Amino acid sequence: MSERKRRRGGGTETPRAGGTNDRATREAGAAGRHDAERETQSLLEMTDVTVSFDTEDGLVRAVKGMSLSLDQGEILALCGESGCGKTVTAMSIPRLLPPETTRLSGSIRLDGRELTALSEKALREVRGKDVSVVFQEPMTSLNPSFTVGFQIAEVLRRHEGLSKQAARERAVDLLSLVGIPDPARRLKEYPHQLSGGMRQRVMIAISVACSPRVLIADEPTTALDVTIQAGMLGVFRDLRDRLGTAIILITHDLGVVADIADRAIVMYAGRAVEQARVEELYARPRHPYTVGLLNALPSAAQAESDGPGRRRLAEIPGMVPPPFGDPDECPFAPRCPRAEADCTASRPLFEPQDDGHLAACFHPVEAVRTEATR
Amino acid sequence: MGWFITRRAGAAVIVLFLGSVLVFAGIRALPGDPATVLAGQEASPEAVAAVRHDYGLDQPLPVQYVDYVGRALHGDLGRSTQDKLPVSKIITERIPITLELSLLAMIFAIAIGVVTGIVAAARRGRFADYVATGFGLIGLSVPHFWLGLLAILLFSVTLGWLPASGYVPFVQDPGGNLLRMLMPAVVLGTGFAAVLMRQTRSAMLGALSADYVRTARSKGLAEGKVIGVHALRNSLTTVVTVLGLQVGVLISGAVVTEQIFVIPGFGKLTVDAVATRNYPVIQAVVLVTVVAYIVVNLCVDIFYALLNPRVRLSGVTSD
Amino acid sequence: MAMAGLVLVVAFLLLALIGPLVTGDPSAQDYSATLAPPSPAHPLGTDDLGRDVLARIATGARTSLQAGVVSTFLAMLVGVPIGLVAGFYRRWLDPVVMRLVDVVLAFPFLIFAVGLAAILGPSLRNVIIALSVAQLPGIIRITRGEVLGIREMDYVPGAIADGATDGYVIFRYVLPGAVNALIVQATVAIPTAIIGEATLSFLGLGVQPPTPSWGVMLTNAQQFLAQAPWLAIWPGVMIALATLGFNLLGDGLRDVLDPRSAK
Repeated sequence: MSERKRRRGGGTETPRAGGTNDRATREAGAAGRHDAERETQSLLEMTDVTVSFDTEDGLVRAVKGMSLSLDQGEILALCGESGCGKTVTAMSIPRLLPPETTRLSGSIRLDGRELTALSEKALREVRGKDVSVVFQEPMTSLNPSFTVGFQIAEVLRRHEGLSKQAARERAVDLLSLVGIPDPARRLKEYPHQLSGGMRQRVMIAISVACSPRVLIADEPTTALDVTIQAGMLGVFRDLRDRLGTAIILITHDLGVVADIADRAIVMYAGRAVEQARVEELYARPRHPYTVGLLNALPSAAQAESDGPGRRRLAEIPGMVPPPFGDPDECPFAPRCPRAEADCTASRPLFEPQDDGHLAACFHPVEAVRTEATR
Repeated sequence: MGWFITRRAGAAVIVLFLGSVLVFAGIRALPGDPATVLAGQEASPEAVAAVRHDYGLDQPLPVQYVDYVGRALHGDLGRSTQDKLPVSKIITERIPITLELSLLAMIFAIAIGVVTGIVAAARRGRFADYVATGFGLIGLSVPHFWLGLLAILLFSVTLGWLPASGYVPFVQDPGGNLLRMLMPAVVLGTGFAAVLMRQTRSAMLGALSADYVRTARSKGLAEGKVIGVHALRNSLTTVVTVLGLQVGVLISGAVVTEQIFVIPGFGKLTVDAVATRNYPVIQAVVLVTVVAYIVVNLCVDIFYALLNPRVRLSGVTSD
Repeated sequence: MAMAGLVLVVAFLLLALIGPLVTGDPSAQDYSATLAPPSPAHPLGTDDLGRDVLARIATGARTSLQAGVVSTFLAMLVGVPIGLVAGFYRRWLDPVVMRLVDVVLAFPFLIFAVGLAAILGPSLRNVIIALSVAQLPGIIRITRGEVLGIREMDYVPGAIADGATDGYVIFRYVLPGAVNALIVQATVAIPTAIIGEATLSFLGLGVQPPTPSWGVMLTNAQQFLAQAPWLAIWPGVMIALATLGFNLLGDGLRDVLDPRSAK
């Protein structure tokens, strides 16, 4: 499995002028490099991570046996519907989970360093510096009582010990980096004076201030309207190209995934059910759940080909199982159109289906071309 | 910001005006001849006549009011019927004493109340929280003058540690002054501390569950900074608002506390004046209190605006 | 916790309503047993005039209950309509009402009560009036707030468009919502009023002797603190328990009826 992951290639460390969007060109260029990278370790290696919470209603198993790896400069998307465990998975890396009620097992290695073994104090050195987070709600994620400049400078002074003056200057640079015009003036402004898109950019500026190795972006575009979204994604691409930051993108928006991610992991009920390069995932989805998700996307091309008249959006019937138990069966079986007896007898393993393409299914879909590939 | 202050000050002036009219009318509403009322029951007919002339009591009411306000602005608040001294002089002598008491009580209340509130919020659901909340509830329910009696019972009568009453000016004997102020200040501040504790705790709980606290943690900031800077800053507005609202309670409380501990302050003056039907003093006391209260609230409003950038920059508060 | 509050409140009500009937004459003076400590004859002792403390406590409960309930009731009787009207006819009436409310608020409660006592003379009746006036601003504000809140709801313009009169809108939509907030307010106002009456009576501005009131009993007690400490303890404990009861009950009710309020 590791072999095939290496061949992914991916981002580079040399800044590329302009940032090419053409996936094919990028892949071709990277292809030459991946042979050399085969021997290097992944930047982030998560192995068999399980996260559960003690609640009044019992033990909630949010994430079960999750494994993933992330290379430098790679954009990995974690997708799935609400409650599938994608956020918890990502937040387990900097361990931004409620300390008293969380039970975490498994291994999370960043640059070879075991994060789960770190004390809270040691972890605070990692947060904001090696691993940083951009949260979903720019409205409420910034402190309304402090200026934008203060909040950016804060993380610089915390991790790099900069003086107020030096921090202020870096903050101006960061604001330009994320594409905010007239940055010097913006420094003195308060969050409520900025638009939603700009606030999100400020959040991004804060998160990249100390050049983190991994940036976790939790639904960064969900709270923004569509026209702003494109700009936001451009900022991420730019960061990856210029700083080589690896990005974990949490989203339920498959359109965003197609737009910007290199690789994607589809999660369901706390487990990974499919993982592949994005083009591969969209062209040849294997897991029935993934197929269902992709079919549920409204598509202009489909509307065109179907002609006038109304039709329902395809939906996946049934509901996600509650997070309390962990029965030895495929969690998607009750809702799966392809389910058979063996699906409820034991749980399918997350296994390679193809080159770099993994899925957990006894009866994976064979080469279905979905509308979403257009 | 300037605009905001102007608006608030304008509203304050209106209230001030209406308040003074009310006070003015109150005295005139007393049964009997205002001149006798103001001169005192024992005054001779000549004295009464003199008062009537002095105060222009045969003039039409609006003229009287203007005259009254004019005099007040010049510091002339009449003469006490007890000892014929100018009321303004009496008041100026006594206010500092009450101010000292109130200030000590506030310091105590803020120190105990706010700190306990923060700790209770940070340690929510644990032992410290229950203890703090319990004390808060008790502090709110217990009439503080009873607390004063109990304190005297315990510390003066039983243990003999602290004097039960009396007052010594600070400049004369700082130690003695503070010793005598200790119990009264703590008793006066307890109810206030309980309210502050509840409000602080509730505001901090809200702040600690806010998204921006999550952001602060993700930056790797020390927990102390997260609580003390990010969460606290946003709770301060609530705390300050409460402070403003409670000042009136503090003033009321001072009246009773001074009565119990026999402190010759502004509050005791009020009670004594009612007992002796000393109307000029009563009138002046009420007026001064109202003015002070309005001014304090104005200051609180301004301070609130300073803390809350949204209010400051747009000049709008929710109303 | 709220249950404990309910128990205390019920106990208080029982004491106030039935107590005086069972405990004997609060004014009966027994010079042979002045300042006597608790004994079978006088379970809570006697005061300086030989009066039974228990009987006085029970009668005092009645005074406190009267003060608390009547003043709150009066305040609601006057305040709710004012608040409704102010919220409804926002344009000209509202600013006027709010300014007047501010004026009332500008008088710290005790100062206002003092002034009133000076003008009208000290008595329970005047205490109740002072307490009612002190509670008015709170009630007006709450009611007005409810009206403003409901007005924003979409179903109100709908109802009006369908021909509902102002009165109908008030009764059908506003009052039910306001009732909850007002009940919660009452559980806060009553204990405040109880303490207020006790304070005023303590200062000599309220109930006059020989009528027993917990506040008056405490005034008396202060003189005899060394000889008869129980005189000071019982009335205070009663006030604290009654107040605590209402506060706990109020907290519990608030969680149920008005979850919006910050807790």
